[in-house]
Amino acid sequence: MKYMLIMRQTDEALAAAKTADTEALINAMGQFNESMVKAGVLLDGDGLSDPSEGFVVDFSGPSPVLTDGPYGETHELFNGFWTIQVSSKEEAAEWAKRAPLSPGQKLEVRRITDMSDFEDFADNEYVRSEEEWRELSAKLRESGDS
Amino acid sequence: MDTRRAVDAVWRIESARIVASLVRVVGDVGWAEDLAQEALVDAVLQWPESGVPQNPGAWLTAVAKRKAIDGWRRQERLDDRYAAIAHELSETAESEFEPIDDDVLRLVFISCHPVLSREAQIAMTLRIIGGLTTDEIGRLFLQPVATVQQRIVRAKRTLSAAQVPFETPEPAEWKERLASVLGVVYLIFTEGYSATSGDSWMRTDLANEALRLGRKLAGLVPREPEVHGLVALMEFQASRFAARVTPSGEPILLSEQDRSRWDHRQIARGSTALARADALGRGRGTYALQAAIAQVHATAPTYEDTDWERIVLLYEALGRLAPNPVVELNRAVAVSFATGPASALIIVDELVAGGALAGSHLLPSVRAELLTRLGRPDEARVEYLRAAELTRNERERAVLLAKAR
Amino acid sequence: MSDTARSTPDQAPTPSKWMLIMRMADDIDPAAMEDVDFDEMFASMGRYNDSLIEAGVLVGAEGLDPAAGLVLDFAQTPPIVSDGPYGETKELFNGYWILRTDTRDEAVAWASKAPLGPGVKLELRRVASITEFPADNEFVQRETAWRAATGQL
Repeated sequence: MKYMLIMRQTDEALAAAKTADTEALINAMGQFNESMVKAGVLLDGDGLSDPSEGFVVDFSGPSPVLTDGPYGETHELFNGFWTIQVSSKEEAAEWAKRAPLSPGQKLEVRRITDMSDFEDFADNEYVRSEEEWRELSAKLRESGDS
Repeated sequence: MDTRRAVDAVWRIESARIVASLVRVVGDVGWAEDLAQEALVDAVLQWPESGVPQNPGAWLTAVAKRKAIDGWRRQERLDDRYAAIAHELSETAESEFEPIDDDVLRLVFISCHPVLSREAQIAMTLRIIGGLTTDEIGRLFLQPVATVQQRIVRAKRTLSAAQVPFETPEPAEWKERLASVLGVVYLIFTEGYSATSGDSWMRTDLANEALRLGRKLAGLVPREPEVHGLVALMEFQASRFAARVTPSGEPILLSEQDRSRWDHRQIARGSTALARADALGRGRGTYALQAAIAQVHATAPTYEDTDWERIVLLYEALGRLAPNPVVELNRAVAVSFATGPASALIIVDELVAGGALAGSHLLPSVRAELLTRLGRPDEARVEYLRAAELTRNERERAVLLAKAR
Repeated sequence: MSDTARSTPDQAPTPSKWMLIMRMADDIDPAAMEDVDFDEMFASMGRYNDSLIEAGVLVGAEGLDPAAGLVLDFAQTPPIVSDGPYGETKELFNGYWILRTDTRDEAVAWASKAPLGPGVKLELRRVASITEFPADNEFVQRETAWRAATGQL
């Protein structure tokens, strides 16, 4: 199962980060990232640029409305994330605990949905069933890229 | 806190490094793994009270080492090794647990040692390197837990008896031994990949275990192109899981899969892995070539728009590297799309004449498809019937007979 | 389109990656949500994702399980683990897309086409590139080299 580790931080933490030892931060993050790569669990990860570069698109009205600035209040500021492939929520939590974060920062751990979450909606046209099962050619064409 | 699950999670993350550290100390993989298991039992008992330690890997390793000393003490083995360990333990703080990657690599090679059967290699690799519980291994391979446990016990005894050294293979053996390791990982993957029954989510778990092992390997031996090639191949193949089966478990052909359900992030990872292999500048081995073929499919917008010529070239390269009638047959199918069914038929007829795939339904079925496309339905019918006779799969036979009308 | 004047043109490195984060709006009407035709939603999401793929801009996309996750508070080490969700339900984030576009305006254009309706907002944030980090750091160098070697830069 896939989990997303979402970095959150308060305004205070954001301000503190500006005066912190950037080198040490980068090294600590780099080491953490590498440990997850070496363990074979890291799928994806990105940091987000300064919140002031962002904006919000509101779909309430007939056409979308844009507003500058990040979403919501400061304590929800979303800075970055990792996506990991693990076998349980406990394993996701164990990795999350190892993140080199500091006071004022939090990690939200959320499970990423996969197709098994949508099994009930199998009749949807996007879940097509085939008409003929030509298994032999299938095996060949599939093993053609195996 | 659900301690059992927390302990399992820690084992998942730390198993390889814990066992590797212990082998360094006690000199035997079987004993090292036993000690690790005993430490896990202690964890289950103590962590509900004390909480999961900050460095659980170090905690477990230290506890296991102490048990080793206790074991020696009870046997009154007052030899150098005991003295050395006792000294080491008193000097080393828990937080200084930093096993060397090289030791983990040695453990990988031992888990896949040729003295072990393939099944034993798979069980040992999943247990020690993958950090699975015997329960999980049993569940994934649809085997009773007792069977898995027996297999691991026997494997450990075999390794002890053979006195397998805790070393990476000699240069002369390296390529072959590495190929064996990759083979184990890919075998685990294909167990998951080829399943078409309703328990498809379990099969996805197996494939993901293999992917994780592959990625771990890529970190341990980053300068081996075939490791990255294998990871790439697995990423490309796994990227199609959501599109490969209907809800009732029937397979969907590549030509008919809804490509928007392919995991594009995973395809990108596959491309990255293949690029890593290529960046090493040592050419492409069989896994990288298969990955390259998978990549052509993975990046094609539709089946019709697939670069079949490129696939033909890749099959030719694969055929030169690892001549194999099935590869040749695959090449024929690609040729049928790149050039035309007539050219493909020539290749298939050569295979028939060569007799390599004599008892297999594959040849007649491909021949039948080609003949159909060439507008020769009577001959196609004969081939469909022949294929139906040769296959041992009920569903397959039914489909072939239906095609024979 | 309410678009505050910007004194400087798009400063994002070109091309850049943008994360489109799905958020629930503050004033969401629960009753309205129940009327949603799931099949139609699924289908329109599918079509939107198709269009992103065909245009070559989709890097990744995931949905998040709305069920409670975990929150780790790093106010102390080791962190305090508690059940989620993070913040209040209205701040829940449900899923995201990551797009690679040549300009910020292009990212906005795609975001505006997302098949979302009342109750949902998209937060757009630019994804930082490794090239924006100090080049003399060994981790940064390793990652930069690796991304370059694998065609990501």
